[in-house]
Amino acid sequence: MTNPIGDIGGADFILAIGTNTTESHPIIGLQVKKAVRNGATLVVVDPRRTEVAGLAHYHLRLKSGTDIALLNGLANVIISEDLVNKEFVDTRTEGFEALKETVARYTPEYVEQITGISADIIREVARGYATAKNATILYTMGLTQHVCGTHNVFAVANLAMLCGHIGKPHSGVNPLRGQNNVQGACDMGALPNVLTGYQSVTLEEVRSKFAEAWGVGELPATPGLTVGEMLEAAARGEIKGMYIMGENPVLSDPDADHVIHALEKLDFLVVQDIFLTETARLADVVLPAASFAEKDGTFTNTERRVQRVRKAIEPVGEAKPDWQIICLVATAMGYPMQYGSPAEIMEEIARLTPSYGGISYQRLENGSLVWPCPAPDHPGTPILHAGKFARGLGKFHPVEYVPPAEQPDEEYPLILNTGRRHFHYHTGTMTLRTGALEEYYGREHLEINPADARALGIADGERVRVVSRRGQVEVTARVVDTVPPGVVFTSFHFPDVAINRLTNPARDPVARIPELKVCAVRVEKIA
Amino acid sequence: MAEVTLTIDGKQVTVPVGTTVLEAARQAGIFIPTLCHDPDLTPWGGCRLCVVEIEGMRNLPASCVTTATSGMVVHTASPAVVEARKTIIELLLANHPMDCLTCGKNGDCRLQDYAYMYGVRQAGFAGERHSYPIEDDNPFIVRDLNKCILCGKCVRACAEIQGKNVVDFAYRGFNTRVTPAMDSTLAGSDCVFCGNCVAVCPVGALQEKGLRSSARTWEVKKVRTTCPYCGTGCTFDLNVKDGRVVGVTSCDGEVNGRALCVKGRFGYGFIHHPDRLTRPLIKRNGIFEEATWEEAIGLVAERLGAIKKEYGSGALGVLSSARCTNEENYLMSKFARAVLGTNNIDHCARL
Repeated sequence: MTNPIGDIGGADFILAIGTNTTESHPIIGLQVKKAVRNGATLVVVDPRRTEVAGLAHYHLRLKSGTDIALLNGLANVIISEDLVNKEFVDTRTEGFEALKETVARYTPEYVEQITGISADIIREVARGYATAKNATILYTMGLTQHVCGTHNVFAVANLAMLCGHIGKPHSGVNPLRGQNNVQGACDMGALPNVLTGYQSVTLEEVRSKFAEAWGVGELPATPGLTVGEMLEAAARGEIKGMYIMGENPVLSDPDADHVIHALEKLDFLVVQDIFLTETARLADVVLPAASFAEKDGTFTNTERRVQRVRKAIEPVGEAKPDWQIICLVATAMGYPMQYGSPAEIMEEIARLTPSYGGISYQRLENGSLVWPCPAPDHPGTPILHAGKFARGLGKFHPVEYVPPAEQPDEEYPLILNTGRRHFHYHTGTMTLRTGALEEYYGREHLEINPADARALGIADGERVRVVSRRGQVEVTARVVDTVPPGVVFTSFHFPDVAINRLTNPARDPVARIPELKVCAVRVEKIA
Repeated sequence: MAEVTLTIDGKQVTVPVGTTVLEAARQAGIFIPTLCHDPDLTPWGGCRLCVVEIEGMRNLPASCVTTATSGMVVHTASPAVVEARKTIIELLLANHPMDCLTCGKNGDCRLQDYAYMYGVRQAGFAGERHSYPIEDDNPFIVRDLNKCILCGKCVRACAEIQGKNVVDFAYRGFNTRVTPAMDSTLAGSDCVFCGNCVAVCPVGALQEKGLRSSARTWEVKKVRTTCPYCGTGCTFDLNVKDGRVVGVTSCDGEVNGRALCVKGRFGYGFIHHPDRLTRPLIKRNGIFEEATWEEAIGLVAERLGAIKKEYGSGALGVLSSARCTNEENYLMSKFARAVLGTNNIDHCARL
């Protein structure tokens, strides 16, 4: 996020795109509700009528995967009606003319044809966003899990820069990240192309700095493979061994049957987890890890806020904290790795990572710190891009609408959309084992519009089979109009409804994010 | 900002215009008991326990809804005030199950605290008592309306923090009670079980089902930490008894204040679930067998080392974890690059 969560409550205008905020980020949802209670205008862009869409002044129920057309349409209105923040565009950005040229084609009437959102509503929303004192954009995977996910984000950034709604309180471009430490995992260089703090592996000075600190001769210079590419390489027999820590790709990644095939093909798989997950079952060796309650450390939240995790109990059984296990494996492989505590590891991180340079356990005892925090006396940076963008001038990236990789056809006439439920989390590994959450919400269902259900002769509560080109699952139908005609929805939390057996591994060419929000399916009644 | 100066218990206090007498007293370190007041919720003035004597005013005003004015002279513990508070507590106890011996909130109950403080040993009034059935038809929250003092904090928390308006007052007079629409249960309503009502309940009417049935309030050690679920980063206290996590309670989190969601507050049961992996496992002939750490680590090192030697570093891949700590992700990156010699490291950031 460019801005703190607490800023949302003070926004005058909220554009929430592809975020089921009140279910997936309930506490951030409270800020949205607060803003609405205080008189903010809320616009929700989502094919589904979620709870937060129910609170919205404008619910734009666009056709799945048409976000760029909509966002370009908003930019078109803002430019053609002269609502651009000229001072901001002149002094803080570059590339405006190119954007203007691209979006000129996206008139509200043209966009209406693509998105299904009326031209008048597009105009009203564009005016609302542009003229608001402070407008914030929230988004999650509904925007990014598309073959054009990166371009979707560019289109969002274009809008914020056009109106100068960035670099100041209660505004900004705010991706709400879905996992406790997904921000931190990225910050720490658990990515194939960067080391900590997004320092590129392709830069000689970066590699030599780390090689020296780590006491090795040299570090690999070419970017590695992403999750999907690794699995593909495993399926081809090019990756022979994998070490998976606290991840469950068998349920979380698209085209699950292919994932299983790839992992089974490995010569050696070690999985380190707190439960024997669907992925761990495929392993040759399983290492028992400690849960968050059993170790010290830090998580970095979606605001870039680094916060302490504190050990409350001893690890269960013989489980060990992941950091200790990694040290043991490294040492056994001839690279002595030893730390007295996670605080010591953070000291090393701070030495090697400019944005974490001022972060220490000592400081975190007095409260969290938001990176960039380059020095021990630096207060942290809750709002990014104030006065100046990280790259200097903010660059407009004109982008064109591209349809989803897979479109409904005669054989697979419906669009499958997937996401999360309020009572569960990711692959259900934890939330299906709480003695509470799964008691209350223990079985998954497929949401289907009454019109589609009628046409297929499916009644509420009946078992159905959902089939895509890649796989199928059986699930109970729930006939509701929260999904539009032509779209069905379910979550990926439940192993018995392993919906990612169906999803499409088509990926965004830049970020390599799979298109989990759109794939073509058919729904059959089980006789 | 304009300020006013008033006198509270003989002490000069200067506060911004608009400050209530209660807030002014608290700023000056003067204690006034409250039941229905909460700094995060709209003032209510319903329980009357915070009454004070203000010179020149008729009756005893509730300090939580009385704005401080210049020159005001306030007495927070005069005989009339103490007498009024005792009577209020007696009235509350007249319709309260005196079952502190078994109540899960024993030791963390404002009514109990104030009865102790003001020496109210028993209800001074005999009369009708409620006998509501205890609502426990959901796995998260127990509602015992017999213990409810009608302070309305849960009603306001649901409306003003959670924005759900699930519960409100129903019926009249003695029969007044807090209930979801149509007098249904929480499980039969739109309740999302955030438990933010439980966090503000001053008595035993709303209790966390798991926590309050497994530990007395003074038995738990609270350890402040960060929630392991979504990316919001809420802070809460793990409640620990005898080396086991028995519950989660709110604290004043930097991101979330006291608010939590159902997963954060009630989703801790996985920590001690019998499915937890407790020993390393090695698969032999397709079947997992328990192993020692030495065996397991030795085998991992040997096999990864052999693949690296035979096929090169590019034949190895690592998935790090968005669930693990920064320190662990850092070490995994270091392990992949410095030990395995590959940049093939990723995690589920895209999922």
